[in-house]
Amino acid sequence: MTKSSEISVFDPAIVGPAVRSSFAKLDPRVQFRNPVMFVVEIVAILTTLIFLRDLAFGGSRLGFSFQVILWLWFTLLFANFAEAVAEGRGKAQADALRRTRTETDAKLLAVDGSTYELVPATSLKVGDIVVVEIGDIIPSDGEVIEGIASVNEAAITGESAPVIRESGGDRSAVTGGTQVLSDQIKVRITAAAGSTFLDRMISLVEGAQRQKTPNEIALNILLAGMTLIFVLAVVTIPSFAHYAGGTIPIVALVALFVTLIPTTIGALLSAIGIAGMDRLVRFNVLAMSGRAVEAAGDVDTLLLDKTGTITLGNRQATEFLPLSGVSERDLADAAQLSSLADETPEGRSIVVLAKEKYGIRGREMGELHAHFVPFTAQTRMSGVDLDGSTIRKGAVDAMLADASIAGKHRSDGQAARELRQVAEGVAKSGGTPLAVARDGRLLGVVHLKDIVKGGIRERFAALRQMGIRTVMITGDNPMTAAAIAAEAGVDDFLAQATPENKLELIRAEQAKGKLVAMCGDGTNDAPALAQADVGVAMNTGTVAAREAGNMVDLDSDPTKLIEVVEIGKQLLMTRGSLTTFSIANDVAKYFAIIPAMFVAFYPQLQALNIMRLSSPESAILSAIIFNALVIIALIPLALKGVKYRAVGAAALLRRNLLIYGLGGMIVPFLGIKAIDLVITAVGLA
Amino acid sequence: MTLNGWLQIALFCAIVIALAKPLGWYMTRVMASERTFLSPVLRPVERLLYAGAGVDERQEQHWLTYTVAMLVFNAAGFVVLFALQRLQGFLPLNPMQMSALSPDSAFNTAVSFVTNTNWQGYGGESTMGYLVQMAGLTVQNFVSAATGIAIAMALIRGFARASAKTVGNFWADLTRSTLYVLLPLSILCALFYVSQGVTQTLGSYVDATTLEGAKQTIAVGPTASQLAIKMLGTNGGGFFNANSAHPFENPTALTNLVEMVSIFAIGAALTNVFGRMVGDERQGWVIFAAMGVFFLAGVAVTYWAEAGGNPAFAALGIDGGNMEGKEVRFGIAASALFAVVTTAASCGAVNAMLDSFMPLGGLIPVVNMQLGEVIIGGVGAGLYGILLFVILAIFIAGLMVGRTPEYLGKKIEAKEVKMAMLAVLSLPLAILGFTAAAAVLPTALASLANAGPHGYSEILYAYTSGAANNGSAFAGLSANTPWYNLTIGLAMLMGRFLVIVPVLAIAGSLAAKKTVPASAGTLPTHGGLFVGLLIGVILIVGGLTYFPALAVGPIVEHFAMLAGQTF
Repeated sequence: MTKSSEISVFDPAIVGPAVRSSFAKLDPRVQFRNPVMFVVEIVAILTTLIFLRDLAFGGSRLGFSFQVILWLWFTLLFANFAEAVAEGRGKAQADALRRTRTETDAKLLAVDGSTYELVPATSLKVGDIVVVEIGDIIPSDGEVIEGIASVNEAAITGESAPVIRESGGDRSAVTGGTQVLSDQIKVRITAAAGSTFLDRMISLVEGAQRQKTPNEIALNILLAGMTLIFVLAVVTIPSFAHYAGGTIPIVALVALFVTLIPTTIGALLSAIGIAGMDRLVRFNVLAMSGRAVEAAGDVDTLLLDKTGTITLGNRQATEFLPLSGVSERDLADAAQLSSLADETPEGRSIVVLAKEKYGIRGREMGELHAHFVPFTAQTRMSGVDLDGSTIRKGAVDAMLADASIAGKHRSDGQAARELRQVAEGVAKSGGTPLAVARDGRLLGVVHLKDIVKGGIRERFAALRQMGIRTVMITGDNPMTAAAIAAEAGVDDFLAQATPENKLELIRAEQAKGKLVAMCGDGTNDAPALAQADVGVAMNTGTVAAREAGNMVDLDSDPTKLIEVVEIGKQLLMTRGSLTTFSIANDVAKYFAIIPAMFVAFYPQLQALNIMRLSSPESAILSAIIFNALVIIALIPLALKGVKYRAVGAAALLRRNLLIYGLGGMIVPFLGIKAIDLVITAVGLA
Repeated sequence: MTLNGWLQIALFCAIVIALAKPLGWYMTRVMASERTFLSPVLRPVERLLYAGAGVDERQEQHWLTYTVAMLVFNAAGFVVLFALQRLQGFLPLNPMQMSALSPDSAFNTAVSFVTNTNWQGYGGESTMGYLVQMAGLTVQNFVSAATGIAIAMALIRGFARASAKTVGNFWADLTRSTLYVLLPLSILCALFYVSQGVTQTLGSYVDATTLEGAKQTIAVGPTASQLAIKMLGTNGGGFFNANSAHPFENPTALTNLVEMVSIFAIGAALTNVFGRMVGDERQGWVIFAAMGVFFLAGVAVTYWAEAGGNPAFAALGIDGGNMEGKEVRFGIAASALFAVVTTAASCGAVNAMLDSFMPLGGLIPVVNMQLGEVIIGGVGAGLYGILLFVILAIFIAGLMVGRTPEYLGKKIEAKEVKMAMLAVLSLPLAILGFTAAAAVLPTALASLANAGPHGYSEILYAYTSGAANNGSAFAGLSANTPWYNLTIGLAMLMGRFLVIVPVLAIAGSLAAKKTVPASAGTLPTHGGLFVGLLIGVILIVGGLTYFPALAVGPIVEHFAMLAGQTF
């Protein structure tokens, strides 16, 4: 699957099969799933039978009846076509996926753990352990239990840059169908053949397992109810006509009925649902159910990890803060020396800052006869030893506890107190203080700052407009967290977050009736992902996280949560807008058909023919043609979705009511009139 | 149309608006079992009633229990009323020696009063003895109205509560609304009516000798007491056959005004009760506003049509509007207003002959009822009726803001939509179904007094009035036949209970849900936009259904009249 491939709405490669499938979908067993269109089909079959009888035994106005019936069938075919096109777009993606799923052999590890035998990948069972070496395709989904490898996951993400997969930690999940580019790993299989990630992805994008979502079910009930109301409105008409001493042709009744029932939304409903899933897929997010997409539109609270989502992944040095009696340049010099061999982004940013601010150029470690002392979890500091001099930098409390420094400074001494003060100032402003010492003497503090991503503040403002509260999750202390939260413009934060208090926060929000979305990747995120209403698991994450979430982000980009919410909203809006449009359409159809219907015995009702349609036949025909064509005309909107703007519900409602409500009332008047002019000119009626 | 006419209409509207808030405040306290200024007097009575009936007023009921209690109570009311009518020949307080009603008429009348319809297939003063009028009809006038209020309360509680299993106690709701609301207001109104000349006596009819020496029997009776609750409870069943056109049932312009106001008072106040109980009075005013738009549009059309009169007369040089069937003491404006009020609010009392209205003047009352009696509506019934449309409007348009629909923090899901659709379906089923049958059945057609579309309109009106639980009659239709007694009786039952039961199911389902706090992303339901949306949905979903049926009735009659043809 190529990333963000724009498939045009009426791509010939999709339209061809879609046309064929429109006919196949006429099967009543398929139509039965859609109550409105099923009713249309029953009516179409009955009127066709009556027409055939009339054809055989003689009847009046056969040409007119034929045209009405023809358009009934077109209405059905157009509805099927809409669904087929939506499915077709998914199928194209599924086919691309299938091509990548080549038949592979797996190297199944024997019980002794040293030899392996070649078996077909399809015969692997959950719990089997396989060896995957350079160039091998990973045979099935699993978890790396030994080794580290770079893996090309282009098959599922479309991203060709290799990613690292290693045992332990949060990057242990591997996906069947991806390829190992270097090294060798042992993988424990976690998915049986046929239910792998790739298989699920294929069936998802094909819509094969599509189940109706709760909102779709409710909408179908409404549409079925409206259909029943119009059954009552129409079946009683012959009796009223009989009272007036007239009769009404069945095709006219059928035309009124079919144009009144909400065929537009009935025809496009499943296409809208499929297109919503499809939009997510093209966004490289896989929703495990349509329910999750719907829930995304309803989200009230968004939990976002600070690092990588709100701030750039790495902190950067922004300032040197020397203690009294130390020059800023000396501090910068020492800090730069200690960081020369430090390849962490923080270390590099210190070198860059020293050069920018004081012109201290990079020096070669070799020339200085320097020896780099790397960071360890025990010492929690790093630095360099050169010509009898030692330079160290590290966390403030770690540095103060260090023996060599403690030898020179008492912990309650002047310098130590000053250091703590400066460090606290840095922490308060949202930064991380890094103490620097030379030969045991404290020099000062480097201010490492979390850099808030550009534009993120505006996005949070937009979310607030949508009524969504953002909560930043961070392991930082409350002081630092508060500063970054204020800078990024999030509504709230959870500092010193642990998996437990994350889960607690979600439960607390849900108890208030709110829907919560979050993303995560680690195994310890799994409970929270499962608890959240929308849990987006990163594809780079662990198997546990991927199983717990109801969406998987193939790009592993946590900011996508925001787009996922927008796509969910767009799906619901499209559904609502077309429902409103469909129902508003009825006004014009009444005005077209009612005067035409009763004209034989109540010619006075011509006064209601406000569109001045040329004849009763052309009025009825125009209405039913409009009704069918509007389905085709709205397919692109159903597939692309109504544009979502973060302007607040009141403004959205006003705008959409105007376009789809009022517009839905006016458009058919114009459309029916135009069709009437055409078919009168052509001489069809 | 005259300025005087419009001033009368404006005065009426001003009084209704002014009453909504204080009455709403009072009723909210009453229904929440809080203390009111009447408690010292009424609380002991209330306790006595509970003790006598063995009811624990604090024992809240699940919606199913509530529904069963309501159904049992209504069934019992039906049986008693049916028996009273059939046995009235043997019962006391019957000075005019009225005999038993026929079974079909008794069935129709019993259903009619239990369902708060008060459709009258009989003529009051010539059929019903005082005991039936007072112990049968008037009692049902109170309790059928109280039932409506109780159902509305249950639904409001559904919206107001969160994660609750119960929707209130039917017996307590019934007792409190009767004792604290309907009874005191009725006493006030009855005293006022007596002061204006409405009769109130248990004596027999009065014989008078006219100037020409002819003997005339003048019917009297305990009218004022029944009149008060007839209006307040939106019952509409007249003591006399001529209903509120009768000089003893509506003697002056002042009684006319008070009668109209008391039709709307409780229904309008209930929108305020709703707003208060869901914690945002604006929500109540929005519903009130939507009702108000429909009402004013209806009044404008009816008044315009009646004041305009028949162009055929104008051509003869006769002007001054259509006074046929109207009382001179009320005039055109007050008659047109009364007709709209009584049909908007499911009351059904009339002070003029609707059959004699202009086609469009007669169209508005039919449309008012067909919309489901949601313009103020019957007491309680109007509120729960319009809330059904609110649910549908929210469901249809709510998605357009990008969230699954919610109203007052409650998610509107499959169950609510299903129940709302069931309730909304019951009305067209009863109205269109029975009208279609009657329009072709010779038995039914034999009752018609007029031919053509006007005769058809009489049938349509009768079933519409029955199903919508209004009870007003277009007249011109001899409805006291077994066919009409039975079918209109069924229409009334469908229009009442096929709505109430789904409404209570919705109440139960909503009460059990969590309340989602509102945010900037929530569909706002307290502004003008929502009023417009609600109106649109009521018109399209509730109104368009009847367009074909109306087209071949009042609408074609109107165009025929313009062409100089009358029926």
